[in-house]
Amino acid sequence: MASINILSDKCVGCKLCVGSCPFGAIKIEEKKARILDNCTLCGACVSSCKFEAIDFKKEDKEASDLSNYSGVWIFAEQKDGKVANVAFELLGEGTKLAEKLNTKVSAVLIGEGMENASKELIARGADIVYVVDNPKLHQYNDESYSEIFVQMVRDYKPEIILIGATTYGRSLGPKVSSILNTGLTADCTSLEVDMEKRMLLQTRPAFGGNLMATIICPNNRPQMATVRPRVMKALEPDYTRSGEIIVPNVNIPEDTVTKVLEVVNNLTEKVNLTEAEIIVTAGRGIGDPKNLKYVMELADVLGAAVGASRAVVDAGWIDYSHQVGQTGKTVGPKIYFACGISGAVQHLAGMSSSDTIIAINKNPDAPIFKIANIGIVGDLLEILPALTNEFKQRLG
Amino acid sequence: MNIVVCVKQVPGTNEVKMNKETNTIIREGVEAIINPFDTYAIEEGIRIKDKVGGKVTVISMGIPKVADLLKETIGLGVDDAVLLSDRAFAGADSLATSYTLSMGIKKMGSVDLIICGKQATDGDTAQVGPSLASKLGIPHTTYVRKIEEIREGYIRCQRLTEDGYEVIEMPLPAVITVVKEINEPRLPSIKGMMRAKKAVVSVWTADDIGADKNLTGLKGSPTQVVSTFVPEHNVNSEIIEGKPEEQVKKLVDKLLSIQFPLSK
Repeated sequence: MASINILSDKCVGCKLCVGSCPFGAIKIEEKKARILDNCTLCGACVSSCKFEAIDFKKEDKEASDLSNYSGVWIFAEQKDGKVANVAFELLGEGTKLAEKLNTKVSAVLIGEGMENASKELIARGADIVYVVDNPKLHQYNDESYSEIFVQMVRDYKPEIILIGATTYGRSLGPKVSSILNTGLTADCTSLEVDMEKRMLLQTRPAFGGNLMATIICPNNRPQMATVRPRVMKALEPDYTRSGEIIVPNVNIPEDTVTKVLEVVNNLTEKVNLTEAEIIVTAGRGIGDPKNLKYVMELADVLGAAVGASRAVVDAGWIDYSHQVGQTGKTVGPKIYFACGISGAVQHLAGMSSSDTIIAINKNPDAPIFKIANIGIVGDLLEILPALTNEFKQRLG
Repeated sequence: MNIVVCVKQVPGTNEVKMNKETNTIIREGVEAIINPFDTYAIEEGIRIKDKVGGKVTVISMGIPKVADLLKETIGLGVDDAVLLSDRAFAGADSLATSYTLSMGIKKMGSVDLIICGKQATDGDTAQVGPSLASKLGIPHTTYVRKIEEIREGYIRCQRLTEDGYEVIEMPLPAVITVVKEINEPRLPSIKGMMRAKKAVVSVWTADDIGADKNLTGLKGSPTQVVSTFVPEHNVNSEIIEGKPEEQVKKLVDKLLSIQFPLSK
C-alpha cells in the first residue's frame, strides 16, 4: 500500500505543499502540515516540499497488488428508471470478457426506483447488480454519481470497468478515472483480453476513424474504457436467470454544488440518433430546406432518426442536434441512408461504423460511394418519394 | 473574471498516411492548426470577457512550436498565452495531460472559469476537460451549448444531451467543455494581427509549475498504445442501375432480404 506522512521534525509549516495539492487535502495546523482524509495518494505534494518533510511511499505496482482487483463492471446508465440500451450491450461484451477471465460481470446501477431495472440487468447477463437507490439520485449528476462510483470501486476493486461512450458516460468516465489515477480509454470499438497478463486490449478509432489504436493499461487498476454505443452485441433477455443484488454501503452526498435545474427533451427528434437502428441523413444535395420533408417522410415510414451533414446544419436548415460527423454525433446504426451527402472525411468519421450504408447522390464520383454498400446515382427528389412509397407498400 | 481556455495543437487534416515499412504515421507536410473545437472555447472566453470584464488566458501543453499558434489567439482578443513545454511532458495520455494542465493553471493564481473544446480532432477522447476538473477539485459540465448566465462565482449553462439539453448551474471556479453550437468564432482583426505579432508567449517547464515528473508525460500515463493500424474499408460497393422506379424497387428488395430492422 502507498502511504504518506508528514515528518513533523522537518516540516516548517511553509504552506508550499498546500498549494500543490490538487485535492485541497493538506491543511496547516499548529504550523505543521496535516494530510486530510480526501488525500488520494497522488504524490503531487512531494516535490513541492523544500525540506523533504513529506514521506511518500509509492504503491508497489507489482502483479501481487494488481491481483487484488477482480471482476468486470459495467455502468448501467438509466434515465427515469429505464436502462439505456448501451448498458445491455456492455453486459453482452462484459459477459464474454468475464468468461475468459473466469470471473463475474456486475452492473452498477445508480438512480431512484431501480427495482425493475435491476431485474432487467440480471436478465441481460449481470451476475451481480450493485444498486444505489435514492430519491436524491433520480437525475444523473456528474458530482454525486462520480462520488458514489469512486467509493464503490475503492471498496470492491473491479479489474475492468466498461462505461457507455454516451454524453453521461464520457463525462463520468474521465472524472472517475482521474480521481482514481488510473487509465481510461475513450470510445472503444473492440475489446480483447491478453490472458497471460489479464490485460484488457482496448481498440479505438482516432483521427476521426482513420487510424485504429490498441491501448493497454498495464500497471494500474481498474482498467477503464468507454465503449461506443451500438458496436457490442447485447444478449437476449432471459428472465429465468438469477443474480445477486447488493446494496453497497456508500455515502450518498447530501448536497451537490452542481445542480441540474431542468431537463428538456427536443421535440424535433423523434428517435435518438445515437441509439437508432436506421438513420436517414440529409446532405447539401437536397438543395433546398423545403426538400427536407422527403427525408423526414422516409424516416417516418422506417421509424428512423433524421441526421444531417454539417453543411445542412450550418445553412440553418435543421437543428445542430441532428448533425452527424466529427463536429456532431457519432452514430452506428444497422442501416444508414446518406441522401445527397458527398462523403467528406469529417462526415465519414461520424458514421463509417454503420452496418450497411446506402448512398443516394446524383454525382457518380462522390466519395460516399466508395464506402457505401449500396449506391444509387440519381435525383433525390425522384428517388426519395418513390422509396418512401415502396416501403409504405411493402412494410404494410 | 479570470478565464482560462485550454488549447491543443492538432494536424490540419485527419487523413492519416502511414509509412507501410516502418508502420508509423507520416507527419511531414501536415499543417498544424488549433483544434477546431477549441476555437469555440476561445470565442466563448472572449465573449464572456467582453460582457463581464476580466481577462482571457490560453494555455496549451506541447512542443515549443505551439507558441506560434498561441500567438495567433492574441489577435482574436486573448490577453495572455502560456505554453507548458518540457521534455518531461512528452508522451502524455489524457490523465498526465490533465495533471500537467492543472499544475499550470494553479500557477496562474485565482481562476474563475476554464473552457475546453468538447474534444480534440486527433485523439477524439473528450477526457481532458472532466479529468482536469477532477485534478483541480472543481465541478465541470461537458458539451455546453449555451451559457445562460455568468457572474461572479456562478454559471448557469445548457448541456447538450442525446435527446435534448439540460440546464445546469455550478459555482465558480468550474470547467466547461463546449460544442460547436455555442457560437461562431470571429476572425482576427488587422489591429489584432499586429498585436499578435508582438505578443510574447510565456513558456513554463515542469519545474516552473512544480509538477512531479512521475506524473507527467509517458511516466505519468497509465495507458499505453501497443499498436496502431489503418482500418481497411473493404466495402463491396454495388451501384444499382436503372430507372428511378427500378432502382427503388431493387433497393427495397435487397434491404428486406438482409433482415431489415423494422420499426417497432
